[in-house]
Amino acid sequence: MTRALRNTFIGASIERREDLRFLRGRGTYVDDLQVLGLLYAVILRSSVAHGRVRSIDVSGALKIEGVHAVITAKDMTSKDYPSGVPIVPMRLQPLPEFLPYEQPVIAYEKVRYVGEPIAVVLAASVAIGEDALEQIAVEIEELPAVATWQEASKNQSVLFDVTGTNRSLTFEARKGDADAAFKDAPYTRRERMRTGRHYGLTMEPRGVMAEWDAANNKLTVSGASKVPFVNRRILAKQIGLSETDIELIENDVGGGYGARGEFYPEDFLIPFAAKHVNRPVKWIEDRRENLMAMNHARETEADLEIACHRDGTIIALRGEMYTDMGAYMRTNGAVGARNAPQFLTGPYRVPHHKVDSHLWMTNKTPVGTYRGPGRFEGSFYMERLLDMVAADLGIDRIELRRRNLIGKAEHPYKLATAQPTNAHDQTDSGDYEETLDRCLKEFNYADVSKLGGKLIDGKYHGIGVACFIEGGAAGPKESARLEVNDDGTITVYLGTSSVGQGVETIYAQIAADALEVPMERIRHVYHGSTGLVSDGYGAYHSRSVVMGGSAVLDATQKFLGLLREAAGKRLGCAESNVTLDVDKVIGGGVSLPLKEFAGLTAEGAFLNHKHTYSYGTHATHITVDARLGHIQILDYVVVQDVGRAINPLTVRGQVIGSLVQGLGGAVLEDLKYDAQGQFLTGSLADYLLPTASDFPNLRCFVTDDHPSPINPLGAKGAGEGGIVAAGGCMANAVANALQTFHVEPRALPLSPAYIWELLQAGRK
Amino acid sequence: MPVKFEVNGKSVEVEVEPRLTLADCLRHYLRLTGTHVGCEHGVCGACTVLIDGAAVRSCLTLAVQAEGAKVTTVEGLSLEEGLTPLQASFRKHHALQCGFCTPGMITTAHALLSEEPDCDADRVREVLSGNICRCTGYISIVEAVLDARSSYKKTMP
Repeated sequence: MTRALRNTFIGASIERREDLRFLRGRGTYVDDLQVLGLLYAVILRSSVAHGRVRSIDVSGALKIEGVHAVITAKDMTSKDYPSGVPIVPMRLQPLPEFLPYEQPVIAYEKVRYVGEPIAVVLAASVAIGEDALEQIAVEIEELPAVATWQEASKNQSVLFDVTGTNRSLTFEARKGDADAAFKDAPYTRRERMRTGRHYGLTMEPRGVMAEWDAANNKLTVSGASKVPFVNRRILAKQIGLSETDIELIENDVGGGYGARGEFYPEDFLIPFAAKHVNRPVKWIEDRRENLMAMNHARETEADLEIACHRDGTIIALRGEMYTDMGAYMRTNGAVGARNAPQFLTGPYRVPHHKVDSHLWMTNKTPVGTYRGPGRFEGSFYMERLLDMVAADLGIDRIELRRRNLIGKAEHPYKLATAQPTNAHDQTDSGDYEETLDRCLKEFNYADVSKLGGKLIDGKYHGIGVACFIEGGAAGPKESARLEVNDDGTITVYLGTSSVGQGVETIYAQIAADALEVPMERIRHVYHGSTGLVSDGYGAYHSRSVVMGGSAVLDATQKFLGLLREAAGKRLGCAESNVTLDVDKVIGGGVSLPLKEFAGLTAEGAFLNHKHTYSYGTHATHITVDARLGHIQILDYVVVQDVGRAINPLTVRGQVIGSLVQGLGGAVLEDLKYDAQGQFLTGSLADYLLPTASDFPNLRCFVTDDHPSPINPLGAKGAGEGGIVAAGGCMANAVANALQTFHVEPRALPLSPAYIWELLQAGRK
Repeated sequence: MPVKFEVNGKSVEVEVEPRLTLADCLRHYLRLTGTHVGCEHGVCGACTVLIDGAAVRSCLTLAVQAEGAKVTTVEGLSLEEGLTPLQASFRKHHALQCGFCTPGMITTAHALLSEEPDCDADRVREVLSGNICRCTGYISIVEAVLDARSSYKKTMP
């Protein structure tokens, strides 16, 4: 700990600052921006899953009144790229093996998924632009579509001729010697399971507005979120400008969930268009586009084997995973396929671990991260296996988990290492059994569990339990800056971004606590735009509180140091005698108003290469209507320990919010394609999201009994714990409810059709 | 074609194409950007406004259909300063995160509470099930609406 904080605001459920504008319709999202001379971009997207582009004739579109220009690959002549068309590089795991699979910003030789950009129309209105799309003649020679990983693995139809294979990589998660451990294992079980295709659907579709100031050689791009500094670096290289010539501006952002704010093709196309025609250009995605253009996620299949002692102690895990990657390796596309094998073991002690994860390219929308990437999938596989093991060995499933949870004295506990990225990881702190016990108590498990499998009023009751860990706090660095305003208040500037989680409030809490001033003295918290601090890393991997918050803490210390130095000179006293008292600087028996120091600024940073692991337990009580396959949740309890809750109100918001997303993935959501790679779920009537009436009975309990030792706040990332264990918990509850039919769900989502199918098979 | 209606108590007259939606008219012609567009096919509810007091999807309503009507948006349900009791309840219960669905939630909840200030949790859920929120998981929204009921009862004649 750097310093004992005078704890006034940290730990308090403080109402959010952001709400004052959002609730009155005064937020400013990117589509709310308007400038003179604006052109609207509309994108022609491929309706063919796999094919060679033979010709694109835009002359018909150009004849329409109000159409200003149509941009295709031919307009791109960047010398830095062999084809002239820029490529979107990977941000995470940028391995050389992935290079051939990275996405060009616009299709030029081949189209590889339905939804891939082919042309950009710039028009006086969106409506005119959409009219013009119909007048663009595109000739595509269709190739056999690869619509599943199994089809991809045949390598008969290959997406990338240059590599000749559809497999972009295999990650290897390793610990101990699993094969040797399996040889002597008294009990083993092997299962094949799969998860559906989901995505981090944000309520606000993506949008970009770009303004090119030719006179000053300045490109301003609004609509940034998540990782503005990285995206600026990517754009600078693609468009041939220096980073200082580009400013990325973060506006209010209508949700992130891992998907929004990565660098997408449109993040080049719109700035390029603005520069190309020397006019401001805005593009706002519609929902149909969003469903087929924003990163997909989750679709994996696993063939896993577990080895245990007769008392249920886990000895080893091994097997294979297969991820349906879609058509390109996007900025963070490898994360899910790497995390799933590496973090499969969750909070459990597994001495030997060997899982290979194969990345298969298919003619579908490319994948990226979605809240709890790979962890939701891994948790589903692991938790299902544990319930099956418990039944096989005649051990109570809670007892089985208890036996295998990593003990509080075992931290830091080493997890499997993922190759070829040499990704090491270890837990940080916590008492995993404590949250299990608390959850069982809140859930009244002792009584409720007696209902498991019972048929009451035509419905089968089922109980599910799942334990989880949630990784957070990705490094390497975050920056923060404090500055005195001319009215004596203080502004905080951050290198992280907001995706709606409430960071303006949380950073103000941390800064006010550290400076020992009322929260109102922290006048503004600005974040996410590239002009505010020297460097920034953004909002992902549940890192904002730990990384950004610790950077704020460091900035406050640097700030106080500079203030003491400056004030000491003016007050004529030793620096060590200077104190800040709300709006005054006091020393040597005299004081100066803080506003006398207007402009005084200090930048701080937090560097970190370790991860935090918040953890907890889910328990659910459901009923299944065996005639309809319909699931109803009667009670669902999540207990999560977050190390230190800065604002319990917003932490609970994260837990329940991510839980409902997880329940959507467990029960409702699935992005579907047919065998020709045609996208079948192009509207919100097809891709089902949870609504207010779906899951009414959810409870969460946030604890902060075990601070993280790796950051001065003791906080742990907490944005994903609700989602991680939802699939496993729900599937275990279904198995428990339908035990008389020997039903064992091995796939998500648990749709009525799937449950009915399982029941029919069980009745035979 | 010209269309004339009332927005938040003010009379407006706009020249629009017949195909222009009310949502786009409000946002881009009248610059009332508090109304958000989330799906443009009537599922998400972010664009909900009140037409003569009834909650309506402005993405499925043409601007010309508003002829002669009284349209109320989230801006019209807000005060110059501070929050209304409904908005304050949303804030208290942390019933919003990214804020994008929030205007639709406020307009929908206002329409419900104006008609049925005694509604129960099931009724709130039923009515709000036409508005998708991807952040909160809805629990806090339902609590916020229930907690705001008293302020609507007081204003009943």
